[in-house]
Amino acid sequence: MSAPVFASGATKPGGERGVLLEARDVTMRFGGLTAVKQVSLQVHDGEIVGLIGPNGAGKTTFFNCLTGLYKPTSGQVTLRGDVLPPKPRDVVKAGVARTFQNIRLFHNMTAMENVMVGTYCRTKANVIDAIFRLPRHRREEKASTARAGELLAFVGLADKANTLSRNLPYGDQRRLEIARALATDPSLLLLDEPTAGMNPNETRDAEDLIFRIRDLGLAILVIEHDMRFIFNLCDRVLCLVQGEVLIDGTGDEVQNDPRVIEAYLGSPQAEAGD
Amino acid sequence: MNVTLFFEQLVNGLSLGSLYALIAVGYTVVYGIIQLINFAHGEIFMVGAFGAYTVWMVVGSPTALSWPMALFVLLPAMILGGVVLSVGTALATERFAYRPLRGAPRLAPLISAIGISVFLQEFVRLFYRKLPGAPDSKRAIPFPRIEGITGHSLQVGAVAIKLSSVFTVVALAVCTAFLWYYINKTKTGRAMVATSQDPDTARLMGIDVDAVIMRAFAVGAGLAAVAGVAHGLYIGNIDFKMGFMAGLKAFTAAVLGGIGNINGAVVGGLVLGIVESFAAQLGNSAWKDVWAFVILILVLVFRPQGILGAKVADRA
Repeated sequence: MSAPVFASGATKPGGERGVLLEARDVTMRFGGLTAVKQVSLQVHDGEIVGLIGPNGAGKTTFFNCLTGLYKPTSGQVTLRGDVLPPKPRDVVKAGVARTFQNIRLFHNMTAMENVMVGTYCRTKANVIDAIFRLPRHRREEKASTARAGELLAFVGLADKANTLSRNLPYGDQRRLEIARALATDPSLLLLDEPTAGMNPNETRDAEDLIFRIRDLGLAILVIEHDMRFIFNLCDRVLCLVQGEVLIDGTGDEVQNDPRVIEAYLGSPQAEAGD
Repeated sequence: MNVTLFFEQLVNGLSLGSLYALIAVGYTVVYGIIQLINFAHGEIFMVGAFGAYTVWMVVGSPTALSWPMALFVLLPAMILGGVVLSVGTALATERFAYRPLRGAPRLAPLISAIGISVFLQEFVRLFYRKLPGAPDSKRAIPFPRIEGITGHSLQVGAVAIKLSSVFTVVALAVCTAFLWYYINKTKTGRAMVATSQDPDTARLMGIDVDAVIMRAFAVGAGLAAVAGVAHGLYIGNIDFKMGFMAGLKAFTAAVLGGIGNINGAVVGGLVLGIVESFAAQLGNSAWKDVWAFVILILVLVFRPQGILGAKVADRA
């Protein structure tokens, strides 16, 4: 594909990276349970940031706070300095898109239609245009179709455009979800366990795909349990434990931090004490 | 039953079925998106018929128009009036009776719907006749004659087909074609399908779910209003309680076809209409309503997903 998938490169020419997303002291409480506690995070333009932590550490809850599905109990999330709007659909328009841990495609739609739905938040035609098939509607439908086609090709699903998404193999469903998220034309992409359930080959393909997305100028925040995947991919890694940030650093720093290993495996002392 | 009678009943069944189908779509579209059985939908159909009647009244109750005038000016104006009133009523009920209950247990909006249903019936019964020049709405009101349709028949062999039957079936065909185009070929339609499959994800794709829900109510109400006019032409009169039985039958049709499935609503409506016609012909016609609900119970027991399959909530 010769034409760039995204017209605007987000990285500044000087190599200086601006802050794209900033979460400040985000806390999310459900009744008495504090799922996310004072988490702060910065994602810069064109950066891939990993979010790791044992099950139940609050990673997905934190994602939900970033996409407007949950309203944080306290704290603030800004995108390029502007506070994120409270409604998910406005968050999408502001430029944050996501995929889900358990795939949530529109199962009874084709791959093409799934991606087209993603493009709609950038189109303007209304019901009247559609009913009377005014030029705007036709022009936009054509543009949406073309764009969806490009994105399907980008993730490698060009030949499956007319397959119902529920009939796609698992790995393809994951990639379709990414294409659908890209269709909303985001500047930040949130991936919730993109390689869950994938075999090593598929995982390598996913890695490659994420690098290619970054090269388009997007920043990526990714939750993953596959450590090799995370440390291959990420410029920076944030480890959450019981809702709190344990460490925020480069891959090497996080990898060699004994507290991270302890959080995943339990401390040797505690084991010995049993 | 001889052949003529068979075809006459088939035509009757198709007309009746088209009415049911037009109304059933409204149940199914709304159910598909918010899993609410909108029991006030029958009243939206009734309001549509009264809206059309009101337009006729407002333009001076013309009785002696030439057929092109009646068919191409008066009738479209009446349909438009019915649609506007139905859609307005449906949107108001959505806004004030259902939206505040979103997220409440399912029983709450259901009871709210029954309340709205009674409210609309009584409102029309008590207040409609207070409009200047309006007839007594406590009794059945003769529906205006539309020259070119009312009282005319098409003779096909030995079978006489009332033009009001033709109108009803054509109305269904046109509305279904429009709906198919809207749902499958436009972005708002696709947003509707997406929302019915997974509202939370739809939100995260930038879809305004509240707007989608309002459109679902509006589409259903528009079709119900067309059915209201068709009913007026076909049966010959309208009254404030016409929505009750028609609503229940259409609901049965929607369940028969598979609730939440638009094609199912159309198929279910036609099947129910035809079964009812033949049941009335073969047995005692006073029992025709009984057959409709016997069908409902049989479907619920033996094929709860309906003929074409219901929309299944598939949220992980």
